[in-house]
Amino acid sequence: MPRGAPLLGCKGSAILHETIRGKPSQMSTDQTTDLARFGVSELEIRRTLGKVKVRDVDYADLYFESCVSESVSMEEGIVKRAGKSVSQGVGVRATAGEKTGFAYSDELTRRDLEIAADTARYIANSPRGDESVPAPRRVRTTRDLYPVETSMTEIATRERVELLDRIDAEARRYDPRIKNVLASFNTEHKVVVVATSDGLLIGDVQPLSRLQVTCIAEEGGNRQIGTFGGGGRIGFAFYQEQDRYLRYAREAARQAILNLSAVDAPAGVMPVVLAGGWPGILLHEAIGHGLEADFNRRKTSAFTNLMGRRVASEVCTIVDDGTLPFRRGSLNMDDEGTPTSRTVLIERGVLRGYLTDRLNARLMGIPLTGSGRRESFQSIPLPRMTNTFMLAGESDPQEIIRSVKRGLYAVSFGGGQVDITNGKFVFSASEAYLIEDGAVTRPVKGATLIGNGPEILTKVSMVGHDLKLDEGIGTCGKEGQTVPVGVGLPTIRVDEITVGGTRG
Amino acid sequence: MEQDLKQLAADMLDLAEKQGADGAEVIIADGETFSVQVRLSAVERLTKAREKRLGLRVFVGQRSASASTSDFSREALRGLVSDTCTMAAAVAEDDMSGLPPGDLMAGDLPDLDLYDPTRLSTEAQIELARQAEGSALAADARITNSEGAEFDSSSGMVLLGNTRGFLGEYRSSHFSVSVSPIASAPDSTGMQRDYWYAVQRRFSRLESPESVGREAARRAVRRLGARKLSTRRAPVIFDPETAGSLLGNLCSAISGHALYKGASFLIGRLGTRLAPEFVTIYDDGRRPGGLGSRPFDGEGLPTRKTTVVDSGVLTSYLLDTYSGRKLGMPSTGNASRAVGESPSAGPTNFYLVPGTVAPEEMIRSVRGGLYVTELIGFGVNMVTGDYSRGAAGQWIENGELAYPVEEITIAGNLKQMLADIEMVGTDLEFRGRIASPTIKIGEMMIAGN
Repeated sequence: MPRGAPLLGCKGSAILHETIRGKPSQMSTDQTTDLARFGVSELEIRRTLGKVKVRDVDYADLYFESCVSESVSMEEGIVKRAGKSVSQGVGVRATAGEKTGFAYSDELTRRDLEIAADTARYIANSPRGDESVPAPRRVRTTRDLYPVETSMTEIATRERVELLDRIDAEARRYDPRIKNVLASFNTEHKVVVVATSDGLLIGDVQPLSRLQVTCIAEEGGNRQIGTFGGGGRIGFAFYQEQDRYLRYAREAARQAILNLSAVDAPAGVMPVVLAGGWPGILLHEAIGHGLEADFNRRKTSAFTNLMGRRVASEVCTIVDDGTLPFRRGSLNMDDEGTPTSRTVLIERGVLRGYLTDRLNARLMGIPLTGSGRRESFQSIPLPRMTNTFMLAGESDPQEIIRSVKRGLYAVSFGGGQVDITNGKFVFSASEAYLIEDGAVTRPVKGATLIGNGPEILTKVSMVGHDLKLDEGIGTCGKEGQTVPVGVGLPTIRVDEITVGGTRG
Repeated sequence: MEQDLKQLAADMLDLAEKQGADGAEVIIADGETFSVQVRLSAVERLTKAREKRLGLRVFVGQRSASASTSDFSREALRGLVSDTCTMAAAVAEDDMSGLPPGDLMAGDLPDLDLYDPTRLSTEAQIELARQAEGSALAADARITNSEGAEFDSSSGMVLLGNTRGFLGEYRSSHFSVSVSPIASAPDSTGMQRDYWYAVQRRFSRLESPESVGREAARRAVRRLGARKLSTRRAPVIFDPETAGSLLGNLCSAISGHALYKGASFLIGRLGTRLAPEFVTIYDDGRRPGGLGSRPFDGEGLPTRKTTVVDSGVLTSYLLDTYSGRKLGMPSTGNASRAVGESPSAGPTNFYLVPGTVAPEEMIRSVRGGLYVTELIGFGVNMVTGDYSRGAAGQWIENGELAYPVEEITIAGNLKQMLADIEMVGTDLEFRGRIASPTIKIGEMMIAGN
């Protein structure tokens, strides 16, 4: 099927803030390069890479992945469904100049590896041959950002079910107008091994989970929805710390009840105050995608040729950081075995960096940032974001709200999308209020906000001292591949943005 | 090979029953895809993939669970059966759960012309993608760059069996071409990108790559020099692509799963008027060669043609067995599912019947209004019908397309928007599972400067 219009989207929903607690330990296990799990030997890896890395191939890699995902979901007061999915396979890639040959197989026999290798090297128009590649060097990731004591795969379905049952009770207790509670708990346990033609052999174990609650409130024929959730690369205990899961339930219920009294959103250009946390999706859409190296190499991004130029006001410094412990967007290494890093994208308003994968870093002659990510062994690595956020400023959040005479205060968002080439992006508020004479007043119905990426941040006039990262449920889509991401923002004031309400 | 898979399905069902399942259902999907991307006429990416997956759903009493795996080894499949039964035992009883009744299962499976055995060589696919992009680049001097062109071919088979005695399978294939050119001009600031595509189950029916390329170029070039609009109310014409997305919103709202959960703005509207009399919508699971066609649905029930909206009145929801039971109605044969997940309800070939107004005539009927060609973002609230999305298109002045516009939003409520459909175009084309001709909506709020 065709790829669909090449718009890039990000979904999720989260509000509030709470830094994830707990310290990453330095402990690491050798499990991370456990090839035995895939039934493949070092020798076979070397032989396959040798077949792929023929004369005109610059680089080749193998990406082994094994993933177990489990889910339970609840609706109408009972946990009705449980599910599990097991997948395992290998992606074989060769790059030659700007070209990429890629094949994958969910079977790992020697013959499957060979067929994949033949397809991948076809790209280089090279004859079949065996080139010697260096013997694999086993390397450990330098970080251990998500040590989890008990793997989610060991948490019994029954325990997951109990969690959801309590969520249902909590949300209904919050307000009798809550008529239905939908909750789902999804976990994933992924083991990856990357072997490259330059001899790197490195692996990682990547836990990931997410708990989401949706409440539907009803009053006199008026029906409204509220959604909240959180997660990360964390263990089951995370949800129980300080009854975090119950807070998710109350937040979803609060939002649904609040929306019962929402009035029509205004339409037109006005100042908007964005609360901290998930509203950072603004950065993800407005500038993040536009700074992914592939679009800039092809000169198809609205940010092409803007490096070193001012694209934001002085109060804006924006980074992409894959090294934050336990966060949904974090990784010890990217999916090409490069350690993740903290990349400054915008420094005091000036454009400083792109996010790169191996292919684009090589072709553009710029540093690797550890941003080569892929959804699974079935897809090729692309430059992607990890956790993208704006650093805290100096303004008092209350002061920021008081500075607006008439405008919008947006606290929570659904998804967003961007057209890379003309820079136009949208993100849709799901909890927002009017600001009238410097005070937050009535809640308004959801509305889409639209702006121009290279322009919007020049209109940021105040940045709060209250940086918050999101709760951990963001998912980003590009070329049909979804990957988990994080965002963050302090409270900020945007002097002008178009708000797509219905009230003129 | 197929015989082997049938045997495997039967073995899995047996095993599930031996492990204590009262009912079970197995799906096997096996397919391959070959995809070629070229950019500025050089090959940029070749992708070849083979995938095989087995999904299992079991019922232990009124409890159910599902699972899937790509590992077809004996021991992995045994593990899958016991894991699924264990999971089922841990969830709650649900009176409404269960397989469809055996006597309703699809019998004779019609040949719906879904499979074309044509295999294209790597070179041929590269050439087709090159032609598509080449014709976009040659169509207009203002096409100055490209995000590339892609040609994909895929084929596969789906086999579904259950303990009520159903065992069915069908093959299908897809051929698609898409181009994404970039336009720029010295007299306008910034670049514009657009996109066009074609997809068919039979290669011989696919539009020529040249015409796809030309259309992509036309769409990109016409966006150059786009302006914002001032905030106002105005009539809005949706081109077939964007009108299709509105139909997609309607599909979500009439899906039985959204309805029984209370998550749709159309709860309780069955039998009532949604739109004017000239609006009729069908869901046809048996349209020959249709991109959403299949002989049986995700539970093995026969697909069919359903009148969803009859002369403006909502006459049917889209239901699978479970959501039907919840709503007290029979399934409409619309069970859709991913391997290894429990069924949901979704469209097959869902389309708005063409009207009598040519698109040009529709544009001529507008003094000042918006012609929408692209919508972005997720600003649709299915529970309330509240609608607010980013838009780009052309401004209509005195019955003619006057200039391109962007960075605006259009907002309203889907209930009102359906009721306010003023005209339906003559230009229905199937480019996906959901298709619509051009439509005109009386008035919406446009936010801009």
